Amino acid sequence: MSHGIQIEESPTTDGDVITNYTINFGPQHPAAHGVLRMIMELDGEVIERVDPHVGLLHRGTEKLIEHKTYLQALPYFDRLDYCSPLCQEHSYVLAIEKLLNIEVPERAQYLRVMFAELTRICNHMLNIGAHVMDVGAMTPNLWVFELREDCLNFFERASGARMHSAWFRPGGVHQDVPEKLLVDMGNWIDNRLPELFGDAMSLVIDNRIFKQRNVDIAVVSRDDAIAWGFSGPMIRAAGIPWDLRKSQPYDVYDRMEFDIPVGTNSDCYDRFMVRVKEVYESAKIIKQCLAEIPEGPIASQDGKVSPPKRGEMKQSMESLIHHFKLYTEGFHVPEGEVYVATESPKGEFGVYLVSDGSNKPYRCKIRPTAFSHLQAMDMMSKGHMLPDATAILGAIDVVFGECDR
Amino acid sequence: MTVLHSAPKITSNEGVLAALTKALGKSVIAGEEKHGEIIFTVARDSIVDVLRSLRDDHAYQQMMEIAGVDYPDRAERFEVVYMLLSLTKNHRIMVKLSTDEATAVPSITDLWPNAGWLEREVFDMYGVKFAGNPDLRRILTDYGFEGHPFRKDFPMTGYTELRYSEDEKRVVYEPVKLAQDMRTFDFLSPWEGAEYVLPGDEKAEGEEAAEKKS
Repeated sequence: MSHGIQIEESPTTDGDVITNYTINFGPQHPAAHGVLRMIMELDGEVIERVDPHVGLLHRGTEKLIEHKTYLQALPYFDRLDYCSPLCQEHSYVLAIEKLLNIEVPERAQYLRVMFAELTRICNHMLNIGAHVMDVGAMTPNLWVFELREDCLNFFERASGARMHSAWFRPGGVHQDVPEKLLVDMGNWIDNRLPELFGDAMSLVIDNRIFKQRNVDIAVVSRDDAIAWGFSGPMIRAAGIPWDLRKSQPYDVYDRMEFDIPVGTNSDCYDRFMVRVKEVYESAKIIKQCLAEIPEGPIASQDGKVSPPKRGEMKQSMESLIHHFKLYTEGFHVPEGEVYVATESPKGEFGVYLVSDGSNKPYRCKIRPTAFSHLQAMDMMSKGHMLPDATAILGAIDVVFGECDR
Repeated sequence: MTVLHSAPKITSNEGVLAALTKALGKSVIAGEEKHGEIIFTVARDSIVDVLRSLRDDHAYQQMMEIAGVDYPDRAERFEVVYMLLSLTKNHRIMVKLSTDEATAVPSITDLWPNAGWLEREVFDMYGVKFAGNPDLRRILTDYGFEGHPFRKDFPMTGYTELRYSEDEKRVVYEPVKLAQDMRTFDFLSPWEGAEYVLPGDEKAEGEEAAEKKS
């Protein structure tokens, strides 16, 4: 720093000037939620300026997708935000379906909504736990991780994989779920989730230390939240009841009854509380799905898009050809471009898909939720103390697989 | 066309295209509605005015995303696409413009502060310059990276790779050496547009030419 500022007149500084100094936050700091490097200019312990350096986890996902067929590109979406894999797949499959204009059977739509909500619970368990731990509490994190483990077990029972499910497919889902899984999910929603989650949250919500670290930290006005492109819990904490599941419903969300929790103060505490409430709303949606889910096929009946059953392949020549074509060439998507955004647990997750009519996407731009939130880091943390930076970061809910792509 | 898919439902597009084309006037080069998306192509230099008008007069309050696309065959090879969202009308539109490597696009950081990083990303990935962006650094690629990786003529493997060198006790950059060539499979069926000549096809062409002669 070329210019120094004198903080206070003090007999002990001997007339010396104390200057601002710059520190590196991350990229290996546990509170950086991955690989975030922030150059912070501090005045004593007060943050003057933050310059986040992102991209340390940049893998060129969008470029890789251009070299894969539509189906082969799907698993990349699990690896973006690895805390809420199915919600990212949701945007992508809906974008393909929009270009193809194909019908998805009802059962598949219910299954997707159900598992997208389970993903939301799973994601919030991680974020709530991590946020609480960032500001100093250990126990709740261990408790909610139990629930996260349960969610991952459900994913495993549905798709065979704990995290990278690749279970949503263009035209439906990959496989049907066993009846017992639905029963177990219902029991879990009724008993274990509210009990354990309620216990864990009772330690946090009214906790004096937790409130001191979060209330009135990083207050963002409504206008700022809109101008900075906030979405998800970040915009809802600012008091704007904006939820894509409600305003722009996809799949069967328009049949679901749930509330949108909003904040009043737009600080880190509100963001946290919005997520806590959302867990209960998600549970409500899953219960409705379990009650309403119809029998029927779980993937589009269009043989040009979704693969035939193994049994059919042994009987029908046409199915065999479809299977061969789908897993070599893949399906062709009509020329055009769409932007499809869904409400991922972290906010608006969008996919801008450009098709040139071939079997591979010409361009697939992914809109990460973290980009606009993290960009506002400078604006939000100005004037706060250094330890508040971790609380602000925790309340953003950033995952770098998604931010850096 | 009947809507069969279950992608997000927004307020109806009916009349929006005509109304906005009229309101934006001469800046609009083309406007189309396809696959349920409204896309305006506008003149590059008028982008700031167009977006300001859309934000202030037509209630598209949020700018969610800026995407770059590369079409190497065109005279102006890059497209920059802006996705706008209206919270009050519950509607989305896209606005796009085209540019080339040399011509800068006016920056919209004065309209939306979050355009800063998004423009940096397009610059980083495609080399499109934005005039007026106060902080046009690279954002996602490595410190000291050269080239623009998402251009279609940039190889997927890149040009350099890095490893930790035990001898030099630091990370070193080296040209990419692949133990095995990149495998690209062309599964496009020959009936639907493969561009290569299938073995034996050249003979058929020879025959045709011979027939014509006779």
